[in-house]
Amino acid sequence: MQLNRDELKRAWRTMLTIRAFEERVEKEFADGTIPGFAHVYLGQEASGTGVCFDLTDDDQIGSTHRGHGHCIAKGCEVEGMFLEIMGKAGGICGGKGGSMHIADMDKGMLGANAIVGGSPPIAVGAALTQKLRRTGHVAVAFTGDGASNQGTTLEAMNMAVVLKVPMIFVFENNGYGEFTSAEYSVGAKSLSERAAAFGMPAASVDGGDFFAVHAGMREALEHVRDGNGPYALETRCSRFLGHFVGDPQKYRGSEELAAARTNDPVLRFRDRVSEAALLAIEELNAIETEVRARVDAAAAAARAAALPDLATLETDVYVKY
Amino acid sequence: MPVISYRKAINQALEQEMARDARVILMGIDVGGGAGGSGDVGSVGGVMGVTKGLYPKFGSDRVIDTPISESAIIGAAAGAAVTGMRPVAELMFVDFIGVCFDQIYNQAAKFRYMFGGKARTPLVIRTMGGAGMRAGAQHSQTLHPILTMVPGLKVVMPSSPYDAKGLLTRAIRDDDPVVFLESKSLYDVKGEVPEEAYEIPFGEANVLRDGRDATIVAFGAMVPRAVAAADLLAKEGVKVTVLDPRTTSPLDEEAILDSLDETGRLVVVDESPPRCSLAADIAALAVSQAFDALKAPVGLVTCPHTPVPFAPNLEDAYVPSVARIVEAVKKTL
Ligand SMILES: Cc1ncc(C[n+]2csc(CCOP(=O)(O)OP(=O)(O)O)c2C)c(N)n1
Ligand SMILES: [Mg+2]
Repeated sequence: MQLNRDELKRAWRTMLTIRAFEERVEKEFADGTIPGFAHVYLGQEASGTGVCFDLTDDDQIGSTHRGHGHCIAKGCEVEGMFLEIMGKAGGICGGKGGSMHIADMDKGMLGANAIVGGSPPIAVGAALTQKLRRTGHVAVAFTGDGASNQGTTLEAMNMAVVLKVPMIFVFENNGYGEFTSAEYSVGAKSLSERAAAFGMPAASVDGGDFFAVHAGMREALEHVRDGNGPYALETRCSRFLGHFVGDPQKYRGSEELAAARTNDPVLRFRDRVSEAALLAIEELNAIETEVRARVDAAAAAARAAALPDLATLETDVYVKY
Repeated sequence: MPVISYRKAINQALEQEMARDARVILMGIDVGGGAGGSGDVGSVGGVMGVTKGLYPKFGSDRVIDTPISESAIIGAAAGAAVTGMRPVAELMFVDFIGVCFDQIYNQAAKFRYMFGGKARTPLVIRTMGGAGMRAGAQHSQTLHPILTMVPGLKVVMPSSPYDAKGLLTRAIRDDDPVVFLESKSLYDVKGEVPEEAYEIPFGEANVLRDGRDATIVAFGAMVPRAVAAADLLAKEGVKVTVLDPRTTSPLDEEAILDSLDETGRLVVVDESPPRCSLAADIAALAVSQAFDALKAPVGLVTCPHTPVPFAPNLEDAYVPSVARIVEAVKKTL
């Protein structure tokens, strides 16, 4: 499925926004302007971008603790995200959520999630809404290799099949859950084969390749939109950094660490489209300059922004109480 | 006496009990760390480094890295406990209890009663709680009230390195399921801790300050704050007793009532939303058992009825502060 020039530019812009955002997060974290901890999506840009590329604001996603990339791919504004991550007034969740709870209902972003395995059941529910309302829209749950072992994920897979809801389980397999290798923690070894055993079609694609993820997602969408029930898509990714920013990663050997950045989705996309003369390198560079300027401005504005009003501590616990 | 951190004190108790009793095993996510990876296996020792060094010493049979599957982790630990092992299961953050609560409160906690006294479940669930790390609503709760209300569970909240070691040693030797709730804001706090193993019994409060004007009862990370408040008040001539019950279940009711007899004034500091909190529980104890001794309404210093906010200023306002404790004591005078 050939993408046109505008679509290619959109994909590039999204991937680069994620890249620039996360690099800036890494830097801000080192500067101490980001409270708490930060799990960045560096190395996995093609996965979120490819998965969300054909989704609309009316399709919903549930995300993870490593959610910045999913947020950006689903259309969240980087300005509000930086404010949120720094715990500032005007943040996308008023500074109450933080990095692990960024959500934007208008964009179909049902939340990053600090509970591993928190999202899949919620996404089943979102897909149920879509099914009952006959909207033709879908829900997606992002899940890591680690989270694939959580009971909630396994229950959600079975129930999605039983209820035949329009849902896609995306397993972003970056090889590790925290400091534990998927080789060890996933007894079945293959995430996609295990998903298939629940009774849904499942595919596994190179998560470093935007085009492979996008093509895999197209098939998944065709299947679920036709009312055939859920689909599972494994994207095999590389986690450039540690589990969190600052993780020394002694559990990864030096060879593996050195190789971690060889499957760079951003470079692969650039090479592929420029070599095939789909976009000129100047066009790619112009977008990069623009994106980086926007991200840097967003971070600088967030640094300078005020903390939330103390009165907000007790608001929004209920709609009405 | 050696001065070590709260983290190290816990580590020492684990190491000594594992060396003493081969039935003691650890299990949880990354308690060793690095399983199946290409680098150092077992060198992580938990996200907070509490179990560091135990994997190299005791190996993969006794320091068991698990998948991210809390129901199976806690349930398997309960099952191993009831069949002859003495597992110490790590639930990384107490917030994750939602994922596995059934295995705790319907299973492990009820075995003995439901089975007519025939079961023994020497299970320890080590977990950490508390706000202050800017970790957001799902990584900052305490949740001891939810655990304390479960018959069959014992609940421990160590507030110092000395208590942490003695109480964990006791917990591992105990034949009932124990939830050992570490305060993550205390891991780097240092204090004197004897090298050799020792036990601190459950249900015995520690008296940290002794005064006749008022009684402050505080738990876990709130204990150092209560002590700081007492020291500030002492400068103004107000002498307060600070009691740390150390375990919320069993609760040393006698120590609280005895102190109340002397002071007639009570402030409870509880890092938890107010409804059904330990603060409410102890206020009920005072009102129902020591009504005549009370000279003033009981002061409750708690968090608001909200989730834990992320923004630093909101989070700081969420947790009971020394200033709020001082103010609450003054209100009773
Ligand atoms: C229920 C629960 N258990 C444990 C954790 C701690 N934790 C946070 S992220 C993580 C690893 C998740 O691994 P994976 O699903 O592969 O996602 P990745 O970090 O690789 O993106 C763990 C264990 C948690 N947040 N929630
Ligand atoms: Mg992973």
